[in-house]
Amino acid sequence: MSDAAAAVQHHGPPQGFLRKYVFSLDHKVIGKQYYGLALVAVFTGMFLSWLMRFHLVWPNAAIPGLQWLSRVGAPGGVMTPEYYLSLLTMHGTLMVFFVLTNAPFAAFGNYFLPIQIGAEDMAFPRFNMMSFWTTFAAFLALMTAFFIPDGPPISGWTAYAPLSAVGPDAGPGLGWGQNCWAISIALFCVASLLGSLNFIATTLDLRAKGMTLMRMPICTWAWFITSCIALLAFAVLLPACLLLILDRIAGTSFFIPAGLVVSDRLQPHAGGSPLLWQHLFWFFGHPEVYIAILPAMGIVSHILINSMRKPLLSHKVVIGSMLSIGFLSYMVWGHHMFLSGMNPFSALVFSFPTLIITIPATVLTLIWLGSLYGSNLQITTASLFSLGFISMFVSGGVSGFFLAQPSIDIYLHATYFVVGHFHLVMGVAAIFGIFAGTYFWFPKMTGRMMNETLGKIHFWFTFVGAYCIFMPFHYLGLAGNVRRYSSFVDDFMAPLMPVHKFITIAALFTGAVQLVFLFNLIYSRFKGAPAPDNPWNATSLEWTIPSPPPWDNFGGKHPVVYHDPYQYGVEGASADFIMQTSPEKLPEKS
Amino acid sequence: MATTVHEPPKIDPAPLQPSLGGNGGGGVNLPLARDGELRELMERPPEPVRTGIWVGLAAITMMFAAFTSALIVRQGSAVDWEHLALPRILYLNTAILLLSSLTLESARRKVASFVRGQGATRGQAMQVLASTLGLGLVFVAGQYVAWLQLRSKGLYIATNPNSSFFYVLTAVHAIHVLGGLGGLLLVTRRFARTVPTLRKSTLDAAAYYWHFMGILWVYLMFVLWLKL
Amino acid sequence: MGKIFAVTLALIAILSAVPIVMNYWGPPEDISTHGHAIDEQMKDTMYEAGFSFLAAQFILGLFIWQYTGRKTGDKLKTFPGGAKGLVIAALVLVGTEILALGVIGQKAWASVYFAAPDKDAMTIQSQAGQFAFYFRYAGPDGKFGGMHPDKIDEGNQNFFGLDPENDVDARDDVISGELGVPVNRQVNLLLHSKDVGHSFYVRELRIQQDYVPGLDLAVHFTATKPGRYEIVCTQLCGLGHYNMKAYLNVMSQEDFDKWLKEKSGQ
Repeated sequence: MSDAAAAVQHHGPPQGFLRKYVFSLDHKVIGKQYYGLALVAVFTGMFLSWLMRFHLVWPNAAIPGLQWLSRVGAPGGVMTPEYYLSLLTMHGTLMVFFVLTNAPFAAFGNYFLPIQIGAEDMAFPRFNMMSFWTTFAAFLALMTAFFIPDGPPISGWTAYAPLSAVGPDAGPGLGWGQNCWAISIALFCVASLLGSLNFIATTLDLRAKGMTLMRMPICTWAWFITSCIALLAFAVLLPACLLLILDRIAGTSFFIPAGLVVSDRLQPHAGGSPLLWQHLFWFFGHPEVYIAILPAMGIVSHILINSMRKPLLSHKVVIGSMLSIGFLSYMVWGHHMFLSGMNPFSALVFSFPTLIITIPATVLTLIWLGSLYGSNLQITTASLFSLGFISMFVSGGVSGFFLAQPSIDIYLHATYFVVGHFHLVMGVAAIFGIFAGTYFWFPKMTGRMMNETLGKIHFWFTFVGAYCIFMPFHYLGLAGNVRRYSSFVDDFMAPLMPVHKFITIAALFTGAVQLVFLFNLIYSRFKGAPAPDNPWNATSLEWTIPSPPPWDNFGGKHPVVYHDPYQYGVEGASADFIMQTSPEKLPEKS
Repeated sequence: MATTVHEPPKIDPAPLQPSLGGNGGGGVNLPLARDGELRELMERPPEPVRTGIWVGLAAITMMFAAFTSALIVRQGSAVDWEHLALPRILYLNTAILLLSSLTLESARRKVASFVRGQGATRGQAMQVLASTLGLGLVFVAGQYVAWLQLRSKGLYIATNPNSSFFYVLTAVHAIHVLGGLGGLLLVTRRFARTVPTLRKSTLDAAAYYWHFMGILWVYLMFVLWLKL
Repeated sequence: MGKIFAVTLALIAILSAVPIVMNYWGPPEDISTHGHAIDEQMKDTMYEAGFSFLAAQFILGLFIWQYTGRKTGDKLKTFPGGAKGLVIAALVLVGTEILALGVIGQKAWASVYFAAPDKDAMTIQSQAGQFAFYFRYAGPDGKFGGMHPDKIDEGNQNFFGLDPENDVDARDDVISGELGVPVNRQVNLLLHSKDVGHSFYVRELRIQQDYVPGLDLAVHFTATKPGRYEIVCTQLCGLGHYNMKAYLNVMSQEDFDKWLKEKSGQ
């Protein structure tokens, strides 16, 4: 590293408690803040799912203490049907926005993207700080809904108009609860736009010497592609939220048509289009799925390569597949709306790219599988979760074949089949990516190793548990069990109750296992074995610096990159891996 | 796992230089002048703000594209689409905003000329910068007058879809213009310091943003005139 | 650990497939003329998706089994054919699948949505509101009375906002809380929403269609088997969503005529 030049920092070392830990400009602190927020959100969201699953199978049983959460929503601890829907909305919103967008993308991306490209910080540290605190404000705005007398909105995380737009007449939580939701999401959009802008500019402009685009690790690529998707997706959701807020508080009629009689009151609106909300929402909503899953794909690839001690079959094909997924994600939003009353021809138009998107997804899966062949696989908790990710991604992916076809969607739309599909493919798979990333990068982020035994216990129960929860959802869907019901009063759903009971017990158990993870996280943070700089013998730049990294990452030096990111198992090299910054010359290929 | 490798093996890097393979953005991270001396800073290769501004403009474009498509869909579903006579002052506002772009261009030239010591004084540059700021403020005030005029005709935000879209589009644009004014204010402040800390990239970004506001407004005027 | 993983994966894959192969909770018997096409399509997709699922899980398990804990001296191997072979495989396999399912299989969709209803199809109007379905038959004159949202009055059973005093067409309209249809006769169902979004779903009919406020849609079907079937709402519509249901009563023509007469007598 003889030609590493002395750097001039964007900002000096942080001074004082506030600058260091609260309003920090350091991307690493911001990344951890995002991670912490996601952790709070994921445990809240999981707790809500416990309550919902419990209510579904024991609708009349009291949950002790629930009346303290909401006296109206759960008198005596027994949840009302509307409170079930409130929790459903909050579960979905928390998980999709504050967990699946925040953790793999904003948290890990913030922490590791600048390091992996050899920069000392994000391009715009101030924007970065603003984007976290705006996200935090969005989180507070959302949580406020719990403290409103009639509770959070009951319109689901998709907030379909006009249910979400006509106001309190339509049901509990649709007054200020829904306003909180809309304001929260609008703030979240602003934060994500700022964040994506930062990611893109950082990736394009702050790469170290020698760090060409193709030398960036796969997860850097994933974050970069994700930020491009997020930039355009959130730029559409933001106006949609603004229009929704105006419909709700200013009396406009963007989404509310004429002649609606809600609660015996003729609504004073005219001419709006409920389908407009759906189009705008899903134009964001479908890319959002890839915002959740692409970073997980990147993280998992990054970890797998390290565990296999050999690179993927093709760096370029993986990146190309991710790029084409990102590109196609904008052409498929209509598959959420096959039965929504849009032109039936457009259903066919949207069905086709949806099916096409399985091609890059299959290519990725085949590349992962094909790369495993002939590898020297090391089993760590991180690699277990990565392998689990592949399994989950496949399981959740194949059900997409059904839902992509409008004719089958007639039967399966709005059933538990859909719930099983998206929970596996974007929920569990992305969370496995987050877990893998956590076990892999925890040593770098904290300077301490996580406990592998606890980690493996966590993995096995989570892996089997997740299948026990989400596979049966598909069977329910095939039987026509409708989603978003707070209890199953229809005759044909009664025989399905044993399946629901099984799912609930699995969910309570698997949820409880997550406490092992939480314990491991907190215990290892303080008591874990000290981590070396490069515990996994990995090649990318984050492993060239101390654990945890100094505030300016590279200690005032500029790293110089000589190699592709994954030089593992190079024949004739001095070790089984060559770091990106190592000036070692690669042996000539014979 | 195996033992830790803290430092890569020390091998003389000199013969390896050709294998560096391009410098992907490399070199951008090179040191910047510490003293904030404008002349030196202005000669530097691309800075993130140069990329960032285009990314930001892309997001704003996308946002207004979403508004436009909402407008088209909403018009398609409407039985209550009533054409709206645009307040005349909008044409004047358009002219003012376009004029401010011209003054800003002149300001950029003056700043460059001052920095390179090619004749322009700092006072001259400040004057055009200030007039750009002033024109921007006049534009926002003019938009406010347009809203007042509509209100006086009994057209409020909820009156009909046309008035709704009018207020939404003009207000969102005005908010973005205010953001641009904030940027210009920052530029002016940095330029006004005894030792200017203004970077060329910052000035350029603020200028691109400002011109984009003008182009966006012309586009919006066209949409308003055509559709509302 | 790799071997345990492989075995677990195989077990999960097999156990997941069992309920589907044994058809424990499959779709109910189809009672429509178009439904068999959907069922066929679903079956084909199940074969292809099931094969992909099992193959991928088994191969994943196999590779993990084989390549975990190898001795350090073992040489790394590259998958024969490399990335190029896999890309071609994905293009060919998935491409054919897409063509087979996506293009040929759209007939089922077309039979529901592209075919115009028969001329002699019976038109029934349905209205969904929080949280009930109502159905309206045109009566002897074959004409529906106009709807006036301001006249909707649930207390007086005026669910559709009819105005029989001024509107001749509305006087003989028959309103029912149950959807009675004659067997083997095509029904053209008009969908109107009173308040928010709802959806009409009958599993046995293989029909699901949203009610969109402000946009009246139509869907047509022919029921082929007499019986009572549940109609449920599948679009989140508020607190009573779970309890919003009605019955589809498929009857012989005589029974239907009798039924309709009874309803109009009320």
